[in-house]
Amino acid sequence: MSAYFLHLAILGGIYIILAISLNLIIGYAGQVSLGHAAFFGIGAYISALTSLYWGFPFLLAALSAILFSGVCGLLLGLPTLRLKEDYLAIVTLGFGVIVDLVFLNLEITGGPDGLAGIPSPRILGLSFRSPVMYLFLTLFMVLLTLALTYRLVHSYHGRALRAIRDHEVTAQVMGINTPAYKVAIFTLAAALAGLAGSLYAHYITFINPESFGLHTSILALCMVVLGGMGSIAGAVVGALALTVLPELLRSFKAYQDLIYGGLLVALLIWRPEGLLGRGKLSLKFISRE
Amino acid sequence: MTLLAVNELSKYFGGVKAVDGVSFGVDHGEIVGLIGPNGAGKTTCFNLISGLLTPTRGSVSLLGHSLGGLAPYYRSRRGLARTFQNIQLFGGMDVLENVLTGCHQRQEIGAFRALWPGRGVRRAETRAEERARELLALVGLAERADFPADALAYGEQRRLEIARALAQEPRLLMLDEPAAGLNSRETEDLMTLLQELRERGITLLIIEHDMTLIMGLCHRVVVLDHGQVIAAGPPSEIRRDPRVIEAYLGREEDDGDL
Repeated sequence: MSAYFLHLAILGGIYIILAISLNLIIGYAGQVSLGHAAFFGIGAYISALTSLYWGFPFLLAALSAILFSGVCGLLLGLPTLRLKEDYLAIVTLGFGVIVDLVFLNLEITGGPDGLAGIPSPRILGLSFRSPVMYLFLTLFMVLLTLALTYRLVHSYHGRALRAIRDHEVTAQVMGINTPAYKVAIFTLAAALAGLAGSLYAHYITFINPESFGLHTSILALCMVVLGGMGSIAGAVVGALALTVLPELLRSFKAYQDLIYGGLLVALLIWRPEGLLGRGKLSLKFISRE
Repeated sequence: MTLLAVNELSKYFGGVKAVDGVSFGVDHGEIVGLIGPNGAGKTTCFNLISGLLTPTRGSVSLLGHSLGGLAPYYRSRRGLARTFQNIQLFGGMDVLENVLTGCHQRQEIGAFRALWPGRGVRRAETRAEERARELLALVGLAERADFPADALAYGEQRRLEIARALAQEPRLLMLDEPAAGLNSRETEDLMTLLQELRERGITLLIIEHDMTLIMGLCHRVVVLDHGQVIAAGPPSEIRRDPRVIEAYLGREEDDGDL
């Protein structure tokens, strides 16, 4: 396996976690979030800072990242999830921009220079410095995320979330505590994005605000939309496709964004539900256990 | 014993008094019809009772406990279920899942335990599914369980909504114009279903314009006009009540104005 392939596989794995978490909000609960990269960034910075300053081992740093991102998701979700779609879009967009500015201006986050020298993970004396080992670590986390979300969307919670997406008022009349569900799913999604951020920080070992701006939020959104909203397999495919595609388009550097945008527009015209959108055959045989 | 008590309920939208001091009660096992001309405030009443609207004044209580300030999902847990005049199914789900959604609050499995695969969780889900299938059989949709909900015929969608509401195991089931848009055969089927529910002792509050259905089914009828109760009593009396006839047909001297 070439080093280049390994690099793409690891990044792909990290983006899979990010896309799955965003898909919980958008595809399953039917809410909008345009600032998901903020949680990705919070996870990355918390993980980096706790290991750099307090010498946290990787697992503890990752756990801190998950918890802290989750709490941020909870605090953002509590007051804002009563808002309707377009307002929620604006609030999450604003949150993403604010968090990015905080990373850029705080002293402890290193401002625009970011943080360097983030240690590679070491678990039970086992070093994950080599890309092969890191790929294993990433795959393990991806599987964990997949298992959790699979259980979630196939339990009665998944049904409740889809009910909220289809008809919020009717869901309430059915006895579904819609505000609690929305806040819970937002918190969980933020926590998972924090995990992705932690993996990212300890892999690249250098982070700066650039990686967590609006661009990344939109990228995650594209992964969800491309793969298909409300489909776990879709989020995986979307994340992998948008990790590999930019690399394939690298030789057309100047036109990269143009081709990228063109592909998305084409997709929205001919396949608005995404590659593996819900209700399609491809999803049916996966979801039927 | 009084199950539902509606007391001096009012809802004003600006200067419009949609519901104005409405009081009535529904007893256990009773079938009560809520009728009145279009715009009389019937659906607004339903929305106030189920908690989708906050009343300007007045109260609603179930089994003697006030429902004031409770969100719709808590009222559902207390035993209120309803259907909608314009059908509101979960279009992204199949028929069975729609009914299972109605079972939501009767989950025996805790929120976190539901995430852990295990025999208990699977068994609870199987039981819920069996119940849902029974309800589908009751409303005559057993063969449609795997259909997408929005692929059903109109009359079937109405019955699916009833099955979904029954899955909540309500003390009181409120039906908002269940016969609206149905052809005469579908209305007959609905009649049979509602009679079946009556025999099972389910308490019903029904808004309906189909007088055959109301007169044939209800123990008692409450008539609304301009947001106020103008008459209440058994169907035989209501039918002859001059105020009711006036509300529906208008007074003779009014005819000239139109």
